[in-house]
Amino acid sequence: MARVLQYLFFLMIVRPVLLVILGMNLRGREYLPKKGPAIIVANHNSHLDTLTLMALFPLKDLHRLRPAAAADYFLKNKWLAWFARNIIGIIPLSRGAVRKNPLADLEAALDRDEIVILFPEGSRGEPEQRAEFKRGVAYLARARPNAPVHPVFMHGLGKALPKGSLVLVPFNCDVIAGAPLSWTGEAARFMEDLEGRMNELAAQGHFQPWE
Amino acid sequence: MQMPDGLSMRVLWAIGAIYVLLVAASVIVAILRRRNPGEATSELSRRVASWWFMITIFTVAIVTDRIISTVFLGFMTFLAFKEYMSLIPMRRVDRLILLFAYLAIPIQFAFAHMNSYGLFLTFIPVWMFLFCPMAMTLIGKTEGFLRAVGTLSWGLVITVFALSHAAMLLAADPSVAGPAGGAGLLLFLVALTQFNDVAQFTWGRLYGRRKIVPKVSPKKTWEGFLGGLISTIAVASLAGPYLTPLPADYAALAGGMIAIAGFLGDITISAFKRDLGVKDSGGLIPGHGGILDRVDSLTYAAPVFYHAMHFFSFSGRI
Repeated sequence: MARVLQYLFFLMIVRPVLLVILGMNLRGREYLPKKGPAIIVANHNSHLDTLTLMALFPLKDLHRLRPAAAADYFLKNKWLAWFARNIIGIIPLSRGAVRKNPLADLEAALDRDEIVILFPEGSRGEPEQRAEFKRGVAYLARARPNAPVHPVFMHGLGKALPKGSLVLVPFNCDVIAGAPLSWTGEAARFMEDLEGRMNELAAQGHFQPWE
Repeated sequence: MQMPDGLSMRVLWAIGAIYVLLVAASVIVAILRRRNPGEATSELSRRVASWWFMITIFTVAIVTDRIISTVFLGFMTFLAFKEYMSLIPMRRVDRLILLFAYLAIPIQFAFAHMNSYGLFLTFIPVWMFLFCPMAMTLIGKTEGFLRAVGTLSWGLVITVFALSHAAMLLAADPSVAGPAGGAGLLLFLVALTQFNDVAQFTWGRLYGRRKIVPKVSPKKTWEGFLGGLISTIAVASLAGPYLTPLPADYAALAGGMIAIAGFLGDITISAFKRDLGVKDSGGLIPGHGGILDRVDSLTYAAPVFYHAMHFFSFSGRI
């Protein structure tokens, strides 16, 4: 049932809005993972980021996409929690909690050959401004070295629907996917490589400041 | 077959002629591609494939119903304006003012649909021109004010106001619109503008040597421009008496105006893109770029052709 609703939600709402109101320029489609296990890593500007990334994949693969999302935000009331869990299919993460292995649910998803979507900036933050990636992604890559890490740079959605706004303003967005990385054996080095790859992707577009 | 709103058979015949040209172009490109395969010819065939797609959408939009045609033109304008606003540098505080600018599109096209010349002519150059800076002033941030007002106002005029002239042609009163009605005038403008683009491109590729504005648009040459101009004048003198109230000599003149204005629109949008360091305004149409890349010539050709028709032909001066 939830799968049908998810399918309809993306077919009837997400895709038409992306096509008509927002508009998307995708570069590097060939670099997106065809199957799991895989980890997609993107910068975070807007709630629309997750929906846009998910809309890049065929509808039949939707249920295999699992965005990691903050438990404190998305599970704060039961309606949002139902929507986040069933329609989006999030894996809730506790921010700053001291559980034994905070990545256990993500590792389990990768073991089920799912595609995990991560926003290592940790929050949407200031729209259209990059924040430093947190290292969780390196630990996940270390735990599951068979899952390639696909960097994706996104621009424009923070203008369309930034944090704190409820009004959607039409803007074209750019999504630039890059060649995947695999675990190199050392967390600091891996993070450097990943940040470097994201900077290269960002430089492919000539994006004007938004201040 | 029932014709909506008295759509003239002439429009359908003219569209048929365009499809004949399209078939010829497809055959030529297929032969070229077989003779020398490579990036250049596969780019050409992507362009031709996109032409099939665009001409078919345009055909459906103008033969169905006048309201659908106007909504279609408004939607194209929305896409062009959105591409423009997505490319330029902006201030965060102006995000919501942009919503009002978008709202100007349906209002402007409604005025065009009503063929209300005064409202159509003043709404953007007067009312939106006064409203946007006022709203930005009330927000209270003066840093970057002039740049924000300038870029938004120019964007509204070059996309929304300029392209809405196409809808105004469609709404022309049947008593002055000529033998094929408003749809015939619109078809004359759009088909010739696009034909001129293709003719300039082709002449330029074949014989282009002397560059016109190398710093703005290095591929534009005098040979391409003049070849396009002469080709467009020739086609206009044949199509004009059939689709518009103009006799062959005046139609040739109109074709010349469309060719020159189209060229100027093209390089003006190129200058804007070059300033921002982008090659295409978007990636919507394979082989062409964005919508703004496709309608760049129309941003000049539509107002020039409409106002020339309004002043000389609709008024009965010629």
